Amino acid sequence: MAEAAFLEGNYCQAFPFFGAERRGAPVVAFTRIDKRPIRTHEQVYRPNYVVVLDQTLVESVDVAAGLSPGGIVILNSKKAPENLKGKKIAIVDATKIAIETLGVPITNTTMLGALAKATGVVSLESIAKVIEKRFGKLAEKNINAAKRAFEETVIS
Amino acid sequence: MMRIIDGNEAVALAAKLARVKVISAYPITPQTTVVEKLAEYISNGELDAEFIKVESEHSAMSACIGAAATGVRAFTATSSQGLLLMSEMLYVASGLRLPIVMTNANRSVSAPLSIWCDQQDSMTVRDSGWIQLYCENNQEILDTTIQAFRIAEELLLPVMVCYDGYILSHTLEPVDCPEQSEVDAFLPEYHYPYALDPEKPVTMGPVGVPEYYMEFRYLLQKAVQESKAKIVEIDHEFKKRFGRGYGILEEYRSDDAEVVILTMGSLSSSCKEIVDSLRQRGEKVGLVKLKSFRPFPTEEIIEALGRAKAVAVVEKDISLGHAGGLFIDTAAAFVNTREAPLMINFICGLAGRDVTSALLEQAVRETQRAAETGRVEKKIRWLGLQEKLVEE
Amino acid sequence: MKLKPGAVITEPGNSEKYETGGWRTFCPSVDPAKCTGCGLCWLFCPEAAISKGKPPKIDLRYCKGCGICANECPVKAITMKEGCRQ
Repeated sequence: MAEAAFLEGNYCQAFPFFGAERRGAPVVAFTRIDKRPIRTHEQVYRPNYVVVLDQTLVESVDVAAGLSPGGIVILNSKKAPENLKGKKIAIVDATKIAIETLGVPITNTTMLGALAKATGVVSLESIAKVIEKRFGKLAEKNINAAKRAFEETVIS
Repeated sequence: MMRIIDGNEAVALAAKLARVKVISAYPITPQTTVVEKLAEYISNGELDAEFIKVESEHSAMSACIGAAATGVRAFTATSSQGLLLMSEMLYVASGLRLPIVMTNANRSVSAPLSIWCDQQDSMTVRDSGWIQLYCENNQEILDTTIQAFRIAEELLLPVMVCYDGYILSHTLEPVDCPEQSEVDAFLPEYHYPYALDPEKPVTMGPVGVPEYYMEFRYLLQKAVQESKAKIVEIDHEFKKRFGRGYGILEEYRSDDAEVVILTMGSLSSSCKEIVDSLRQRGEKVGLVKLKSFRPFPTEEIIEALGRAKAVAVVEKDISLGHAGGLFIDTAAAFVNTREAPLMINFICGLAGRDVTSALLEQAVRETQRAAETGRVEKKIRWLGLQEKLVEE
Repeated sequence: MKLKPGAVITEPGNSEKYETGGWRTFCPSVDPAKCTGCGLCWLFCPEAAISKGKPPKIDLRYCKGCGICANECPVKAITMKEGCRQ
């Protein structure tokens, strides 16, 4: 996401917060995009957008905590969860898309498509360019996943 | 009973009198005879303790950590490279709040390879959360080592007793050796509140996630800082029982002194000689001997040195790229105070270079000059340096 | 909560309070007709979330959906299914 924004002439910053993690365990990561240089290294507490890769997290974590007014929660889910009522949300079944296009339930690249659609911060083309560069042989499948998510994301 | 013993035997004897239960140590010059003596005590039945032989100082400290975690009194001794090799485990011992006592026969660090005395080794690990107490003579080594167990166990903090290698470790001096019963009365049997016990399981050394790590460091810092009061209290009790006390620092004829020498360890005695001889000539010179380097007694240092016009900080170590560790900390103690004395840092006696009375007098003269002129020409001076060998 | 010196944890077994089954994409489903009760799933489960038996019992409070049990099952009696709840 940050790299795609960079391609479009923005300053960017992307960083994970490492927990005692293992594959599949919940982690948090942050991205900032700005027209001006980004100097802070604080974590993000007032996000404009929150991307949730796994709908089960919505039950255990307040994913909308600190969400800015007008902010959007972009969620991998089959349906809008009860506890996000009143929030602006964008929904896509990324797990289904990932399994159908990639063969594995890893939804990161898929959700990039949803993110581009919901926010308009970066174009799908830039996302595709970055995936191309990053994934080489596997790029095509991942680009397709992102494209499908872009098309299938429903914004409420 | 008065006996003529060297500093290493004073250490071994103190550990025996403290009835240590586990000793794990690796021999290193000049500490070696401490380990030999303790092994002898165990083999001839004078000391009922487990001696764990290890292949390195890193393992020695690890074994002491394990032993202390089971709730027994654990002891080790080292020097120089040995202390540096175990440095990783020093932080574990203090972080786990295990009251291990270690003696360090101060020795320079390699390279160049050197077995002789300076205080670079213990100075290097001053940030490790260990209490550091420096000794002036063999009597003080024995007394401090006994006290160290009380301090460690009452505070759940590890204590390092530092004494100059060779200058004390291999020097015979008369030492008043207390009776076992006297030490037993002063140093009760040890009970660690969280000892590893299958009947009462505990977890030690969990991950300190960002949400909690700082709090544990804060608690450790608080414990080490507040240990000052406990060190003084235990020293008072020791003095009542044994007639000898040392305080957190000693002020020697420094009350009205215009120039004060600040130092640690065996140099203090030589400095007392200089002070006496200059006092005889009517010069207002005094000494402050710092015993506790960690915790650093900021208030006491300000009180003891604040009245002087100029202070000579004489030490056998250097934080390369800055100044001597004692000088740095003393200067920092005076930050935000209105009137600080002028200070000159004299680096001397590295790797056993003899610090003669002539050299010490030279330091005093330079400091007197600063006191008179109100100005320090060179902040850091290398005392006794062979300048012709290092000039370009 | 008061922190203990040295970060000692005096309450044994309190890692049970951390329910690692709080997130997962898939969870195991056992076919009792195929299961031989060999116990390999119980042995391999990294969370010790499986109790031995024929069929085995899976404690979904701790199952993180890794699929190791399904992978190890010699008779393919365990399949990973999407969207299960506790």
